[in-house]
Amino acid sequence: MKLHSLLSTLGKIGIGLLLSLAVSAQSITIPQPPKAKKDFSDAQKCVEPIDIIRRDHGTFLKQHRDDTMRHGVRNTQYSLVACINCHVTQDAAGNYPNIKEGSEHFCRSCHTYAAVSIDCFQCHTSTPTMVSVPTTH
Amino acid sequence: MNEETSPTQNRRDFLKTSAIVAGVTVAPGVLLYSVSQAGTTNVSSKVRWGMLIDTAKCAEDCNECVSACANEHGLTEDVPPAVKPQWIRKVGLRDKQTGKEYSLPMMCQHCEHPPCVDVCPTGASFKRDDGIVLVDRHICIGCRYCMMACPYKARSFVHETLENQKPHSPRGKGTVEGCTLCVYRIDNNQEPACVEACSKNGHKAMLFGDLNNPNSEISKKLKDVASTAVRPDLRLNPGVRYQGL
Repeated sequence: MKLHSLLSTLGKIGIGLLLSLAVSAQSITIPQPPKAKKDFSDAQKCVEPIDIIRRDHGTFLKQHRDDTMRHGVRNTQYSLVACINCHVTQDAAGNYPNIKEGSEHFCRSCHTYAAVSIDCFQCHTSTPTMVSVPTTH
Repeated sequence: MNEETSPTQNRRDFLKTSAIVAGVTVAPGVLLYSVSQAGTTNVSSKVRWGMLIDTAKCAEDCNECVSACANEHGLTEDVPPAVKPQWIRKVGLRDKQTGKEYSLPMMCQHCEHPPCVDVCPTGASFKRDDGIVLVDRHICIGCRYCMMACPYKARSFVHETLENQKPHSPRGKGTVEGCTLCVYRIDNNQEPACVEACSKNGHKAMLFGDLNNPNSEISKKLKDVASTAVRPDLRLNPGVRYQGL
């Protein structure tokens, strides 16, 4: 009897959660991250096909990070700097979007929507800068 | 299977071919290393980066290496002097008996046996295969054991939130940092910023190169002149050596 009432309470909470999610999903618009500055190649828009890069960019970035930092491999295909250089674009006034607020920044637009906090930009710069070192391809 | 390709013959053939393949791959490997494919393949322990500093050429009033470093890595935040980052600094020494004064730049000495790596509880402080000692700030917990272990006081701690970091030199609050020997420049066949600034200024007190390559300029000079490590008694075998000290 006790179990039955517990289950029904859980069920009610579940339905409540689903409802609240549905309500909040309606009020938040799906992110529209800014387009990249150029295509990676004629055949492909980004460094990987879109569905793969959307799902696995975190893994690519981490793998690249360890290769670069620990082993000195400095290609740009999966580098965070290369992502930023291509994807972070200026607004009409020529300003770069803020990584700490709003939803205009390329990384932030989706991560805010998905409620995933990213720490990259506490240390890494979030805007493209003139790179003093020519990058090796 | 016919008789000619019996298992024994196959095995022999395999060994022969693998010996040939090994020979072929080793040779270009050596070639690659000498031509330097920096930045495209894993760094190797065949190289050991180091520096020779000529104290006779280092001018007392010159601070170019320090400002070049600050400029290169964006060490320009406005913080109290006690917590200012010091990746490289000028040190003045005076011989008590003779009164002779020396001026020299002091930075991470990129030890062969770095105490900072020994004490790091997370593995954040590490030595790259080519001898460059770095901090992996992704896993640094900011405990500062390495700062205490370092006899050269070569590391700094970031106390404040930073903004507008350089793309090639990320830094952030709560982690320890120090001279990276401008590792991204080295991986791109360039000299560290301090060495470049020193020779641009005409002092040429800093010589950078591969200590393991007997034909490099630095190895030849080390063989020729008397040089010493700072605190050689600690037997850390630093990659940075000083001449005329």
